[in-house]
Formats: sequence, C-alpha cells, structure tokens
Amino acid sequence: MRAGSLIRVLLVALLLAAGATAVAIFIPWLPDDASKEGERIDFVFWFVTAICIAIFSVVASLSVYSLVKFRAKPDDDSDGPPVHGHTGIEIVWTVIPLVLVLAMIVVSSVALAQNDREPKGAMRVEILGQQFAWTVAYPPPGTSPDVDHFVCFTRGSGDVDKRCKSSPNLVLPVDRPARLHLTAREVIHSFWVPEFRQKQDAVPGLETEITVTPTKTGNYRFICTELCGLGHALMRTRAIVMEQSDFDTWRGAK
Amino acid sequence: MTSTRRLLLGPGWIRAAWMTALFFGIGFAIVVGIRALAGWDPVIFWDAIIVVAALTAAPIGFLAGLGAFDYWVAWAFGQPTKPEDHSGHGARRWTDYFRINTDHKVIGIQYVSTTIFFFLAGGLLAMLVRAELAQPEANFVDPQTYNQLFSVHASLMIFLFVIPAFAGLANYVLPLMIGAPDMAFPRLNALSYWLLPIGGTMMLASFFFPGFGAGWTNYAPLSVVQPFGNVFFSMAVQWAGASSIMTALNFLVTIVTMRAPGMTFWRMPLLVWANFTTSLLVVIATPFIAGSQFFVMFDKVMHTNFFEVAGGGYPLGYQHIFWFYSHPAVYIMILPGFGIASEVISTMSRKPIFGYRLMALSLVAILILGFSVWAHHMFVAGMAPWLRIPMMITTLLIAVPTGIKVFSWLATTWEGKINFSTPMLWGLGFVSQFVIGGLSGIFLGAVPIDIHASDTYFIVAHIHYVLLGGSLFTIFAGIYYWFPKMTGRMYNERLGKLHFWVTFLAFNATFFPMHIIGLQGQPRRVYTYEDRFGDWNLFISISSFVLGVSFLVFVYNMIVSWAHGPRAVANPWRGMTLEWQVSSPPPLFNFDEVPQVVGNPYEYGVPGARHAVFNGEREEVRAEAREEEVRT
Repeated sequence: MRAGSLIRVLLVALLLAAGATAVAIFIPWLPDDASKEGERIDFVFWFVTAICIAIFSVVASLSVYSLVKFRAKPDDDSDGPPVHGHTGIEIVWTVIPLVLVLAMIVVSSVALAQNDREPKGAMRVEILGQQFAWTVAYPPPGTSPDVDHFVCFTRGSGDVDKRCKSSPNLVLPVDRPARLHLTAREVIHSFWVPEFRQKQDAVPGLETEITVTPTKTGNYRFICTELCGLGHALMRTRAIVMEQSDFDTWRGAK
Repeated sequence: MTSTRRLLLGPGWIRAAWMTALFFGIGFAIVVGIRALAGWDPVIFWDAIIVVAALTAAPIGFLAGLGAFDYWVAWAFGQPTKPEDHSGHGARRWTDYFRINTDHKVIGIQYVSTTIFFFLAGGLLAMLVRAELAQPEANFVDPQTYNQLFSVHASLMIFLFVIPAFAGLANYVLPLMIGAPDMAFPRLNALSYWLLPIGGTMMLASFFFPGFGAGWTNYAPLSVVQPFGNVFFSMAVQWAGASSIMTALNFLVTIVTMRAPGMTFWRMPLLVWANFTTSLLVVIATPFIAGSQFFVMFDKVMHTNFFEVAGGGYPLGYQHIFWFYSHPAVYIMILPGFGIASEVISTMSRKPIFGYRLMALSLVAILILGFSVWAHHMFVAGMAPWLRIPMMITTLLIAVPTGIKVFSWLATTWEGKINFSTPMLWGLGFVSQFVIGGLSGIFLGAVPIDIHASDTYFIVAHIHYVLLGGSLFTIFAGIYYWFPKMTGRMYNERLGKLHFWVTFLAFNATFFPMHIIGLQGQPRRVYTYEDRFGDWNLFISISSFVLGVSFLVFVYNMIVSWAHGPRAVANPWRGMTLEWQVSSPPPLFNFDEVPQVVGNPYEYGVPGARHAVFNGEREEVRAEAREEEVRT
C-alpha cells in the first residue's frame, strides 16, 4: 500500500471511529447502574465496546476505501492483479484478533469470578417463580440452611414457611450483599433487574444462586425474562432498595 | 381403462391423495386397535391418533403415492425395476416441478422455490408480530396467538427457509462445480426434497391446533405443559431434520466420490468446501434435535418423565441436547453463505480469493469449534457455573477464523476491478452486516455482558444481523448470481439493485434499534412492554413493514424475469468455476464431456490460466505444455 492511500485509509478509520464512539456515548445504551456487580459488568461492557469500535473502524475503513477506489470503470473488462495471498498479513490478522480475544476472556473471567463470589455476611433471600408471579421470602436471621435446601419454600409447592417473611417485591437494604436463591414451581422463569445487570434462571427442581449488592436506594423493575407461558409479559414486579434502618422496620412489620 | 388405471395407480398426485388417506386409516386402526385390545378409555383418543396417523403414517402414504419409494419397493420385492431411462430427469413443463424428479437441477429449483414460499409465509408472521408490537398495549392478537406467531415465524425461517435454501442452491450448483453429472444418490435427493413441504405444512397447520407457543427453542418443561398442538412442531422437526440429514449425506458422498478428474480437495471451489463442512455438521448434530423433540413429545403424549421434575426429569437436560444441535445449526445456516460470498466476491472483483487455503481451513476450524460452544446459550440457565468459562473461551475463539474470512474477503476486493452487480451488492452487504452481527456476538460471548443481555431484544437484534443480514443476504447473492444459470434468463438488474437497497436500509432501521431497547430493559417474547419503549417499537414496526414490502420487488423480478427475461449467456459473470463452462441452463447431464480440472478455481488475472479443460481442448493444452517444455 502506498503512503498516500495509507493516510486516506487512516483518515476514514479515524472518522468512523469518532462516529462509532459518538454512537456509543450519546445513545443511552445501558440503564442506570444500581449494584456493585453491575459496575463490574459495565466495565466489561465498555472494555469490549472499545475493542469492537477499533475492529469496526479498521474493517469499515478498509471496505469503504476499497469499494470506492477499486470499482471497475463501465467498459473495463480486465482482471485485477493475481494476488493469491500474503503469509505475513494472514499471520497478522490471525494473531491480533487472537490477542484481543484473549484479553476479553481474561477481563470477563475476572469480573465473573468476582460477581460469582458469595460475600461474607451476605443476606439470604429466597425467590420462587411461578406462573405468573414472583414470591420473595426472607428466612429468619441466623438460619443456616443445608446445601441445596430451601428454608422458606417446600419443593413443588408455592407455600411459604410460616417463619419466613414473604413479599411480592424484592426488598433489599442498600450496600449490603444479598445472595438470592432461586427456584421455580412448574416451568422455567428468569430473574432480571436491568439496573442490577444480574440475571439468573429459576429452574424447577434446582436451586440457582446469584449475588446482588445494591449501591443506590430506589425502585427498580424486576422482570421475568424466560418465556413461561401466556402471562410471561405480565410477570413483573418491583425491586425496592432502601436504607438498612428502613429495611429493618419493613422486615419487622407483619 | 388402462389410462384410468394408470391415473389411479401410477405415481402422481391422485395416488398420493388416496394413499395419504389409506395410511391415515392404517395409523388410525393401529391406535384404536391397540387401545381396544388393552381396554383403555377412550378407544378413539384423538391426541394419539393425530400423532400416529396424521403426523407419521399419512406423510409416508403421501410420499409413497407420489412415487418416492417406487424404485426401492420394486427392488425390495424382487419385481422388475424400471430400467433407468432418465424419464425422471429434467423438466419440460412447469408441471414437472410438481413430480418426483431425480435431476439435481430440477430438485434445486424445487428446493429454492419452496423455501422462498415458506420465507414469505414466515415473513408475513413477522409482520403480524410487529403489528402487535407497534403499540405497548396488547391490542391485536391474544397472548396464545402471539406466542405462536413468533414461534412459527422462527421455525419456518430456520427449518424451512435458511437451512433448505442453502441445500437447494448447493443442490443445483455443487454437482456442476465439481464436474459431476448429478448427485451421488438422485432418488434419495428427490425424497429429501419432498420431506420439506410435509414439515412446512405441519408447522403452518399448528395454528389450527393451538399449542406451539413455547418459542422455536421449545424449552421443556414449558413445551410439555403447552396445549396439544405442540406435537406439530415436534413432528415437523423430524421431517425437516430427516430431509437435512439425507441431503447432507448425499453432498458428502457426492463431494468425496464424484469430483471430475484433476479436482483435488485443494482445487475445489470454496462453496464446495463450505457445503462439505456444513454437511458434516448436519449429519453429526441433527439427530440431537430429533431426540430432544421426541423426548418432549413422549413427555407430552405418553407421560414419560424426561424433563418433568415431578417424575425425576431434568429440565436443563433438554437445553443441553437442544443446543448441542442448535448451536452447530447456526453454522449450518452460515457456512454455505460463506461459500456463496467467496464465489461472488472473487468473480465480481476479478481477483483470486485471498488466502484460499486459510479460507478452507477456517471453515474446518469453525466446524470443530462449533461443536464445543453450545452451552453459551445457557450462561444464565443454572448449569454448573465453571462450565461457563470454557464455553466462553471456545465461543470467543471462533471470532478468529471468522475474522480471517472477513479480512480475506476485503483483501480479495483490494485492487480488484469491482463490478457492483446485484449479486455483489448482496455479497458485500452480507460482509458488512455480518461484521455488525459478529461484533454483537462478541458482546454476548463475554459471560458478564451476556448475563445482562440474555433473553432481551439485544439477542433478537443479534440473531437477525447474523441470520438476515448474514444468511439471507448470501442466499439472495446466490439466487441472483446463479439465476441466469438456473433459468437460462437474466433478471432485471435495476429491480435487483432496488431490492437490495430497500432491504438493506429497512433491515438496519428495523434491527439496529433493537440493540438499544434490549439493553435498556425490553425482554424478548413479550406482547406488551413498558410505555417508554413505545417510540422505538413504532419506528421498528414501520421499518419492518418496508422491509416486508421490499421482498415483493424480489418476487416480481424473479417471476417476470423467469418468464420473459432476456436469454442469458453461458457465462454472464465471466466466472472460472465449472458451472459457467456449460450452457445456461446446463445440458440434461451437465457435461457433454467429462471436464479435466487443471488448475485452481479463482485464477483471475493470471494470464492463460484455466480451471478445467474439455476433451477437445485437451490436446491443445498438452501441445502448449510441450511447447513450454521445449522453450525452457
């Protein structure tokens, strides 16, 4: 490639990168972030976005340049130069993507490992999905459940143990990690609070777990995201994050 | 008398009609007989009768009536088989396309036309989905109908359009490209085509028997507790899947055994490589979806407990089996498109494909890696958490061979003499949209982002960028590219370009905003959503209607050009591969003389290069070679 065309390709690439960056910044892609886990997920999101903008700019600028510059004249029936390949270039475009991919794998794995940890002193919350409502239950403080055993829910039924506080909403104190234990009654449902970024299927016969550490008080949407039947679209409730003192009052109330 | 006899007993639609009824009766008798003997109540139990008589026995009667099994039945019973007089070859009238025909060129056209029909049907369902979603409230269809609309839409597009459309195009051009007179098993080829309308009819018929509303993924246990009509999907997949497997076996044997002399593996066009790897995926993976749907149906009809927790079943087991097919299926739906793109981009850029061997090897790499990524559909499903890391690694690694392909296509255009004909526009459109779909795929491959984006409209956007912007665009590239070869007539170039630009713009307007509303919080598969997404959804719905209308331009162009278009020359694109070295349409057995392959398929710009020579020219080439020898 001659220096002149290299400069032109670079200019197009910069232009496209600026455009893509503007799209990334000025469109509100993600809802507000209200959990510690969400912050880590957002970091991965923007890390991958930056890499993708770079890849996009390179690919798009080369295509735009090539397609504009090398279009055949109407009466030109000749062929292009018989270039069959170039080992050096082929190695470059195998190795660079490989390195980028490895970087994304490492960053993702670290974020995932941190989000997956069950923090010390996490509050245990049990969530049951059934067609088409959520039930959230809080075991009495201090209960240490056996592995794979729900304290508040009996397998296969929607009944809540009397010792547990139950609620149609997910209520959490701010700045305190909560370990959510999920299950479902008849079909698969899925827990999602967009502001927490965390999502986990609730599967009949299984106990799945996920950690959420709310960082902001507020009132968020708690949505079922796994098709669960005719009422799937309506299987929504709220996730309410409040101060610890308010939470204690709420929990103590009948 | 004899003519009436032949009409009733000879292969054809009349025999198909009464044999369908007869086989339905046999199925009915089996079910009722067994129930009566066992003393079960009720004796006439329609659920079982529909599964056995209507969805299993009747289609076999239909195929037998049409004549799909005549040769094999006669042979098996020691009766004189009809000597192969090639009466089943070629199409003289348009009605010949509605018979059992063993000519791969006729079958190819049957395949493509049928799949376009189901594409339009599936597209119409998508329009209804968008009509419902134009407003946030539920106001157009009831929830059950809505769930069926998107379920049948996806099933038709996947099982009756993308997969068989590629099989159809390859059916037509692959034997030509390798210099073969036909496919290895022409009768099997005919049978595999006729299984398709059966599968498609069942999917559409599911609207009359409500119950297929669990999405095309048909996750258990929801699918098990769906109304009875869910079995229509379970059985339709069996018929369409059997069709896929038969065609793939046929391709494999054809490619391995029927290449023209001199056509080594490293001289095969990339479309042949692509179909070779795709066929391997099909034969290995498809039995898994067949199994998953049988299990669901058994749980439903016979009350087995494969996936029902109450009976000791395991719901995640369904997802593992299902995705063990359905992820490779993603590559089944794109590798042939890679092949088409390679053919079109090289020919239209007048340059050899850049890095031919790496292009072929990256197909093989995708084939192998493609089997080790299925659980990336299950990052939030509740499987063992550690399993997410290896699945993420293999998933993201696939970006490397895929990236090699994209870069190689771009390098192929570099310094070329690019001809922006309609097929090339679709080919380049495919590359650009596939890059976007590939990048959103990287987001989804990274587990933490997938946890947020899973089951939202971001997923809907991603799959449509890879399946519509990807697969569909290459199917159109292939249809326009080989239209002159298949029909002997030229399509209207201006309408072709109009079709491309309207589709391209409307496609992006429809699907790009879905990325945004998905991440913002709109889950997929809902008929009602929050008011704040209303503006975007209205915009998406309007764009999707424009997208829908754009395909009418295509249909008009195809029908009118096939009937009245100007005669096409043998090689309108000045291509080097073998299908362009014969007349348009090709002779009955493709090659009047066996071609001798002497070089690579993409030697554009190499002075005097040939991919193949024919008998008459062989002496000429040898003489040239001798001359060369003398000179050096």
